[in-house]
Amino acid sequence: MSSFFNGLLRLRRGPWEMVATILIALGVVMLMQPFVLWAYTYSFIITLTGTVMFIIVSHFPE
Amino acid sequence: MTDNPIERAATATPPRLARRIKGLSDRAIAWIFVAPTIFLLLAVNIFPLIWTINLSFTNFRANRPNREVDYVGLRNYERILTDSDIWLTMQATAHFLFWTIFFQVLIGFTLAWLINRKFKGNDLWTTIIVLPMMLSPAVVGNFWTFLYQPQIGLFNYVVSFFTGVDPSSFEMIGSVNLAPWSIVIVDTWMWTPFVMLICLAGLRSIPDYIYEAAAIDRASRWRQFWTITVPMVLPFLMLAVLFRGIENFKMFDLVVQLTGGGPGSVTELTSINLKREAFEKWRTGYASAYAIILFVTVFGLASVYVKALNKVKER
Repeated sequence: MSSFFNGLLRLRRGPWEMVATILIALGVVMLMQPFVLWAYTYSFIITLTGTVMFIIVSHFPE
Repeated sequence: MTDNPIERAATATPPRLARRIKGLSDRAIAWIFVAPTIFLLLAVNIFPLIWTINLSFTNFRANRPNREVDYVGLRNYERILTDSDIWLTMQATAHFLFWTIFFQVLIGFTLAWLINRKFKGNDLWTTIIVLPMMLSPAVVGNFWTFLYQPQIGLFNYVVSFFTGVDPSSFEMIGSVNLAPWSIVIVDTWMWTPFVMLICLAGLRSIPDYIYEAAAIDRASRWRQFWTITVPMVLPFLMLAVLFRGIENFKMFDLVVQLTGGGPGSVTELTSINLKREAFEKWRTGYASAYAIILFVTVFGLASVYVKALNKVKER
């Protein structure tokens, strides 16, 4: 766990990609879930943040 | 006259052109070759994308091109993301995506595993199984409407034969509960062969000596399946899921022919809804925002998925 946070602090690709992946997955689940409307409303901003983050962090060093 | 084909090609170049090319660096020549492709890509993909993003912030209507266009900021996005009807189409798409991929992977892999065993008529069965995939989606959608007919359709009689239910007591396309399953069944029927072919390629790429070595180590067939077959076919399976996921996210023709999005809007997938907004209601700005939302979702998912696929391949 501490290596994950170290990676985040040192701007390493692996942990940051993990964060972006979690955001994208969360956004897609929120977009398509049938339970609460507010989750659907905020889904796009979360997916967009994750996608843009994924594009940026995939250029970080390993 | 030289026999060397490179020198012959060089002498075949007109002298004027040869003189002009000689003055260029390798990098410049490379750019000259790549430029038409880049230009095409920019014109066909990038420019429409940027234009769509621009339109998504306006109230532009394509059926009234001379009307003054106002910038509405994020209002289109706000309206889409608070609209409970669009939320329902997202749920219909999620249901369709999840179950089609689940059944296609399950049945496709099983069929591939069976076809991979050497038996008489193997090639004939493969050809018969892949036939649905070769048909046009519009044709498939049309003839399944006949198969689903409660009075004359074959589907209801087959279900009745196995379950004992009266064939005219249920209607696949007309029922709110069954219609979402009717499109899942047809898509699974049509595209399972595609998943089967990809899995078959994966199964045939596993060398026999791995199984022989496992058999010598007294590994059971069950153990061989889970420790050799599944991990080695996994990249192929993931590729099939990626292709089917992207295809089904933008599924249109089959469902339009089969149910037209009904009854009500229970089978109205996002692509059908988007088409109605863009080309029936002519709310181009609104539809552009809708398209951008779908694009970001598919792009994000595909990026993550390709990354996972590369990791599996590296193992």
